[in-house]
Amino acid sequence: MTSFWKANQRRLAPWLFLAPGLLMFAVYVIIPIFQSMWISFYDWDGLGEAKWIGTANYVELTTDPNMVTSFKNNIIWLVLYMLAVPAGLFIAIFLNQTVGGIRLYKSLFFFPFVISQVVVGLIFSWFYAPNFGLFYKVIEFFTGQGVAILADPGLVTYGIIAAGLWPQIAYVMILYLTGLNNVAPDQVEAARLDGAKGWRMLWYVILPQLRPATFIAVVVTVIGALRSFDLVSIMTNGGPFGSSRVLSYYMYEKALSEYGYRMGYGAAIAVVLFAIMMIFISGFIWKMWRDETER
Amino acid sequence: MVHKKAGALALVAALLMTGSAFAQQRVLNFTTDNNDPAPKAAWEQLVADFEAENPDVDVQMNIMDREAYKTAIRNFLIADAPDVANWYPANRMTPFVKAGQFLDISDVYKDYGLDTELASTLPIVTQDGKQWMVSYTYYQWGIYFNKTVYEQVGATIPATWDEFIANCEKFKAAEIDCLTTGTSQLWPAAGIFDYLNLRTNGYEFHKALTSGEIPWTDDRVRAVFAEWAKVVPYTTANQAAIDWQDAVPLLVQGKAANYVMGNFAVAPLKEGGMTNETLGFLPFPTINPDVPRAEEAPTDAIFIPAGAKNVDDAKKFLAFVARADTQTKLNEALGQLPVNSGSTVGDDPFLKAGFELLSTTPGGIAQFFDRDAPAEMAKAGMEGFQQFMVQPEELENILARLEQVRQQVYK
Repeated sequence: MTSFWKANQRRLAPWLFLAPGLLMFAVYVIIPIFQSMWISFYDWDGLGEAKWIGTANYVELTTDPNMVTSFKNNIIWLVLYMLAVPAGLFIAIFLNQTVGGIRLYKSLFFFPFVISQVVVGLIFSWFYAPNFGLFYKVIEFFTGQGVAILADPGLVTYGIIAAGLWPQIAYVMILYLTGLNNVAPDQVEAARLDGAKGWRMLWYVILPQLRPATFIAVVVTVIGALRSFDLVSIMTNGGPFGSSRVLSYYMYEKALSEYGYRMGYGAAIAVVLFAIMMIFISGFIWKMWRDETER
Repeated sequence: MVHKKAGALALVAALLMTGSAFAQQRVLNFTTDNNDPAPKAAWEQLVADFEAENPDVDVQMNIMDREAYKTAIRNFLIADAPDVANWYPANRMTPFVKAGQFLDISDVYKDYGLDTELASTLPIVTQDGKQWMVSYTYYQWGIYFNKTVYEQVGATIPATWDEFIANCEKFKAAEIDCLTTGTSQLWPAAGIFDYLNLRTNGYEFHKALTSGEIPWTDDRVRAVFAEWAKVVPYTTANQAAIDWQDAVPLLVQGKAANYVMGNFAVAPLKEGGMTNETLGFLPFPTINPDVPRAEEAPTDAIFIPAGAKNVDDAKKFLAFVARADTQTKLNEALGQLPVNSGSTVGDDPFLKAGFELLSTTPGGIAQFFDRDAPAEMAKAGMEGFQQFMVQPEELENILARLEQVRQQVYK
């Protein structure tokens, strides 16, 4: 026994250290993924007997108009959420200076990320609220006719994304601020001597050095956009008449909400969402793998 | 000073409770969603009365948010079942009974003679020939209106739908919303649809439609939406973004004239400052005079989960809630109508009006769209109703989608 341990200690030790984490990851992430896939082939109300129906849930998904709405909204989310990256960069550069009290300003800008998404959702729903919301009042003042963003099927998704961007920009900003701390001063100095300034300085000298921060910022923003659930739930419940649904919320509605008694169908939506996420996740993993091996 | 007194009282109460806990009390866990102030107080009183009669039972009431409760129930029934909880009878109880999550309480009905006392709701708590729930309250729906603005624009109380629409013209001229509602939780829209449907096609049609026997593209369904289209231009704009509670101030402040709601709206309306002099109730106006008048009166009930630990006391509690005098007192505080035939209705003009309305209904009494229709159909239907109020021109698409859902749900 001891000789076996002695002979293989170096090979075994890492696995022993990894074991608790791997076990948790398997129980709470890997196994549920396969369980969801399994459930998606059943017709099950979550209480009674589950009935095997093969791919019927997926077939139904292809003709479900709500699925189309959710999918379209998810894409709008993905695209517009990316605005958080340049906006966060801009604010980070703006705040990256040595003025008295800059720490206070930085923390004020970071503040929206600290408060819970639920609170953000509530603040914005009051902001948009018809008849008394600030946004509604301002629009009414200028145009004479207020716009209730959350009641308008065409605008509601944009209204929720705006609410989501507020904390997301703060998050990206903090990533870039730490990145900017690591920008090599000698390179900036050298570029300056060569006459670079303004945009050229930013594009050719600063940004390349911020690549790791940009990578992380894009990753968290993509994931943030795809799992956008809390804001939709708090601000509109997917309404009006389902026009602000996203995949994650539709999954919840079908499987777990008041009128949802279809675990299988909800699981099928989850699998589709997982497949979409997998596209991005594999991309990220591939990039990280490449960076690691190149070194 | 007041706070100190309250604190001292709470301390004394806490001491008393720990004292009584030593006297070997049996605990009865009661989970409920009655979190609005008036119902909460009513139930606290009922629990106190029950404990006074049964000093050996300690009822632990666990109050949850009303909307959250509707999803939480499926978790707590399986994971950590209370001894008593409340839910809705009819179609909303079916999946739970099928899954064996409710305890059969037919013996309570027999032992306490509830089959006769609660006869009016017996059909909706019965499934597979057994009883599963004890209903304790029901309430009428109808139109609550602001008498002041009626006088202001010189509108008369409408008996027919045409008169109602004619009034809307007058309200519009005075920049008052003729009809208000808040459908962000969807169900208030179903109240309007149900009444238009009951008045246009009657109760039997409502039953057939919610049981999936009639296609949504049927001409009779279109007729309902045609009536609805008449009032859409006079309905509060942005109703899709607000909760039903947010529409209450509109009626109170005279910015809106009529509100299609259940009688539970009276409490917040009066809290907002309306009185019996300024708040009026009228039955939903007649559309087709040949259709016998039917009404909407959802019933609330309590049940024992299959996983209950203290079944004996739970049954005692159910019997207590079913009793005539308990229901009289409870419903007086709730501002609703008792189910027990031996109970008396509270002395309140809205309750009297509701009781009068429901006890003389020739056509039949509907539960509610989302209680009579299966969950998935209800959800799709209510979304369709909400969309119709925002985009009436989309009617064809809405009906086509509802028909698609119907074929999916009832197969």
